[in-house]
Amino acid sequence: MGKISLNQVTKSFGDVQVIPPLDLDINEGEFVVFVGPSGCGKSTLLRLIAGLEDTTSGHISINDQDATTLPPAKRGLAMVFQSYALYPHMSVRKNIAFPMRMAGVDEATQKAKIDAAAAALNLTDYLDRKPGQLSGGQRQRVAIGRAIVREPAAFLFDEPLSNLDAALRVGMRLEIMELHKKLETTMIYVTHDQVEAMTMADKIVVLQAGVIEQVGSPLELYHSPRNKFVAGFIGSPKMNLIEGPEAAKHDATTIGIRPEHLIVSKTEGAWKGRVGVAEHLGSDTFIHVHDTGLMDMMTVRITGDIEARHGDTIYLTPMEDQMHRFDARGLRIE
Amino acid sequence: MARAITPQKKVMWTALAWAFGLLMFFPILWTFLTSFKTEAAAISDPPVWLFFDWTLENYAAVQERSNYPKALMNSIIIAVGSTLLGILIAVPAAWAMAFVPGRKTKDILLWMLSTKMLPAVGVLYPLVLLAKWLGVMDSRILLIVVLMLINLPIIVWMLYTYFREIPGEILEAARMDGAGLRSEIIYVLTPMALPGIASTVLLNIILAWNEAFWTILLTTVNAAPLTAFIASFSAPEGLFYAKLSAASMMAIAPILIMGWFSQKQLVRGLTFGAVK
Repeated sequence: MGKISLNQVTKSFGDVQVIPPLDLDINEGEFVVFVGPSGCGKSTLLRLIAGLEDTTSGHISINDQDATTLPPAKRGLAMVFQSYALYPHMSVRKNIAFPMRMAGVDEATQKAKIDAAAAALNLTDYLDRKPGQLSGGQRQRVAIGRAIVREPAAFLFDEPLSNLDAALRVGMRLEIMELHKKLETTMIYVTHDQVEAMTMADKIVVLQAGVIEQVGSPLELYHSPRNKFVAGFIGSPKMNLIEGPEAAKHDATTIGIRPEHLIVSKTEGAWKGRVGVAEHLGSDTFIHVHDTGLMDMMTVRITGDIEARHGDTIYLTPMEDQMHRFDARGLRIE
Repeated sequence: MARAITPQKKVMWTALAWAFGLLMFFPILWTFLTSFKTEAAAISDPPVWLFFDWTLENYAAVQERSNYPKALMNSIIIAVGSTLLGILIAVPAAWAMAFVPGRKTKDILLWMLSTKMLPAVGVLYPLVLLAKWLGVMDSRILLIVVLMLINLPIIVWMLYTYFREIPGEILEAARMDGAGLRSEIIYVLTPMALPGIASTVLLNIILAWNEAFWTILLTTVNAAPLTAFIASFSAPEGLFYAKLSAASMMAIAPILIMGWFSQKQLVRGLTFGAVK
């Protein structure tokens, strides 16, 4: 079980309302990612679910039980923190055992569960070390192990990979996804990295200033962003948003076209521009195009390599069927 | 910061440091020497330094005339007892101030410290009346409570500064792991703050050990600690410097030895809050 519902939940710090009334349903077994720019309230939302912050108003229910006023210890959730938050004075074994010790689990069961978690997370050789003697990746694994043995209704991850280097991040990302496939437990994952959100989530919740901008699967968000904010936030490189007469031609205030939905030519096309920086990744090439007269700088993504030098003239043609249209309020026009 | 330190300068500073050190230490040294002199040598003018007839008779006389073991025991019980009682109260208080501060937390901390500025004698009369009314005059429990109250602001302040260095996320992790408030404080906060708690305990044992106003005024026989023991040698038959010195040495020796062995913790304790 791991069904979580938020009903008209708000949070204020003093006079500042950081979360206006918000509704959200998280289904059992889902991998939900809260994503948004820093300060959008995604961590606060997670802490409200965890019980580490009190709601100002509204209700939170876990498995159809009202949990609004339950202390964190009683909610049956486990959390993995950005800073790992391991107990520095305890060995890895004792760290992992701690939730079971608090729950009064007997020694034999504790040992069996610790061994199983350690084996699953490659920590068997480190059980007697202190957290200070481990690398960042190992520490994060201990934090995950501590969460697993609790057999929680849901796992809460608060930017768990931000303190790791890029290579380790990709590896840990996969490990967490595999863990989710194996345990089939609800997971709520907070990140500011939309790539993490896209690759990991069953369901993405895009937040801005405490407001849910859109909830949907990664591909729903990619193909039909509900508004300009989601359109610009999801996808890498960012969607090109064009305003003015070119948008008016399509009966919209703003039109959006993703870098990968522009056809590039050196001889002809709808829009003419000048090559700025070209980023060659081998598999892809990102070209920054200036002087199109449409927007400051347009980004184009081409599969494979292309000969493009600084200052070259370049022609772009948008794929009409992949174009997004937004009205004056920034909302999507179907 | 490559500032050239010439050997001459180094010698000068070293000599100066030693001079200051000896100056500070001189009263204790002088007391130490006097305690081995005869009463006549102790008051001789000009004073004698090292060349006198060394004698242990003062120590013997002090032992004979009064109950040193009892005073020592009282000092230990009162100093340790008041410190531990204070810690017991201050840990939850400092936890609340460090991890769930309210808008008035800073004010409360300063107000607590301000009570240390009150002259002790100002509350002597009400306190004596209260103690008499409760029938606890000249009892260890009275001194334990009084000294605990006197040192509580310092204990809370010290623990507060140590607790503030502990990341709140670790306590939140404990809460998520199913720990209630009590478990959180006992299994997570206290072990992590142990070095800080140790310095606090040491410093407060010393403060309680040396406290001479209340310990002398609120005791007569039963609960009299070493401070009262020393004081009893300054009166009433006139001044016996050598015996007074011997009594003083016996009173300060335990705490001096403890201080020597725990220097490192003490320095950390004394500079609390100064460096993060």
